[in-house]
Amino acid sequence: MLFADTVVADPAVHKPKVMAIMLLVGVIVFSFFGLNDTIFGEFMRPVIGEPTESGLFGNVAIGLVLSMLFTANIVLIGFLPFRYQVLLVWVELLLLFLSFFYSFGLNFEFIRSKIWFMISQGVFTTLYISAVSITLASMVAIVGAVAKLSTNGFAFAIASFYTSFFRGLPLLMQVYLIYLGLPQLGYVIDAVPAGILALTLCYGAYMTEIFRAGIQSINKGQWEASRSMGFGFALTMRRIILPQAMPLIIPPTGNQFIAMLKDSSLVSVIGVWELMFLARTLGNKDFRHMEMLITAAIIYWCLSMCLEVIQSRIERHYRTISH
Amino acid sequence: MSDPIIQMTNVNKWYGDFHALKDINFTVNEGDKIVVCGPSGSGKSTMIRTLNWLEAHQEGSIVVNGIEMHQKMKNVDEVRMDVGMVFQHFNLFPHMSVLENLMAGPMWVRGVKEDEARETAMKFLERVRIPEQADKYPGQLSGGQQQRVAIARSLCMNPKVMLFDEPTSALDPEMVSEVLDTMIELAHDGMTMVCVTHEMGFAKAVADRVVFMDEGAIVEENDPISFFENPQHERSKNFLGQILQH
Repeated sequence: MLFADTVVADPAVHKPKVMAIMLLVGVIVFSFFGLNDTIFGEFMRPVIGEPTESGLFGNVAIGLVLSMLFTANIVLIGFLPFRYQVLLVWVELLLLFLSFFYSFGLNFEFIRSKIWFMISQGVFTTLYISAVSITLASMVAIVGAVAKLSTNGFAFAIASFYTSFFRGLPLLMQVYLIYLGLPQLGYVIDAVPAGILALTLCYGAYMTEIFRAGIQSINKGQWEASRSMGFGFALTMRRIILPQAMPLIIPPTGNQFIAMLKDSSLVSVIGVWELMFLARTLGNKDFRHMEMLITAAIIYWCLSMCLEVIQSRIERHYRTISH
Repeated sequence: MSDPIIQMTNVNKWYGDFHALKDINFTVNEGDKIVVCGPSGSGKSTMIRTLNWLEAHQEGSIVVNGIEMHQKMKNVDEVRMDVGMVFQHFNLFPHMSVLENLMAGPMWVRGVKEDEARETAMKFLERVRIPEQADKYPGQLSGGQQQRVAIARSLCMNPKVMLFDEPTSALDPEMVSEVLDTMIELAHDGMTMVCVTHEMGFAKAVADRVVFMDEGAIVEENDPISFFENPQHERSKNFLGQILQH
């Protein structure tokens, strides 16, 4: 929540003028779509007669009905308390999306036959690669952040070169460079380690900046108090600075993890059997691309939502212990 | 008399072109209670911070507890363990409870066992009269309580000398006295103390010597009665006139 103002303006949905304008705009927009040859035309047959021959009259009539339903819906939702508003709008948007997918005429039998393999193989590989990469990337990030804050020229140069390079190159290119480039040096690398390495290096570079900012945000007085008691650098960092920086580091790191979960789809180009790879290949043989892509999309979405929930739990945990 | 705990000889310090400390000569013997005062920007905080080398000096020598402080020293932490420091803004560790704040130093750098550290911590919390706050977090305490915890935290390290850098300047007026009382008790128990403060009542009550600084130099060093009754220097007179006129 932002700062809650004490003076509350009337919500727009309770202003008749605004709603009248919305109704009018709705009629125009819905009429413009020319919906008389769709399922809506069938519903309106008693009023407009044979839908395909109703022409402009049919379109406007359908537009009017849809617009009235739409506006009434919004006005009614406007009366509900916050929680129910959120819930209802979510449900409606979700239904709209699902009906959009449904209109593709998907073959659900086909999806059912493949989904278990997608989860057992694809989701597992995706999660495994992401989890290993984010763990390694965090370690890279701590070292990188300390190096970037260091007065040692070598450390700073290497760290800033690293972050500049890996933040400056497309991740897809890094995946190719590592998978195809390392064998040129005589070291043949498997697809999964190559993917993990690319994700680790790329996200390590982003997270270096997150960790650096987190460490820098801690008041200088904390360092002074620690050092004045004879704590060494490593002890101060580990027991005093990082624990205080964590509440600042966790939210963007959670963001990075969600982004990585989806960017791990890029390692499908080197043949790792993760979710995206399976989505592209499983549908190939039967020309059922849409089924598999939509299934994979929904799985990605569900995974991200789980991570969002976990992230907010962790944030709340740190908020309560640090006041 | 044994060797002094702190010996500054011809100490000079610059921030870029700014001459922050000018030829400081200053000695602290065991049991001394010294109050350092002076207008803001006079270098008194800088001076006290060079004593445990939170600030580096560039010329002259600072010997603390028999160890000379210099850029290549390996054992700066050994010096710091024996020199307690209390800051203007307390600088307690906000993610740790009061008790953990007090136990951290002894356990992490002195290698004291947990039970013993807790016992010591409770002893000093009782001495600063807030044992009931042991399990709270610093953010839940008043400013005066936080500063008393900070004093107790330093005491837990069993220091040979305590440095106070304007310990009451950030406090609300009604909390100043509870911190000063703690410091006065500490002085009566024989602790060696160097205090940067404007609390002239405190200076009169416990100080053996008052050091007056201006523009990076020690202008006058005298016992408190002489300093307050009969300041030798024009700048000391001006300063005292300004802070005592209210």
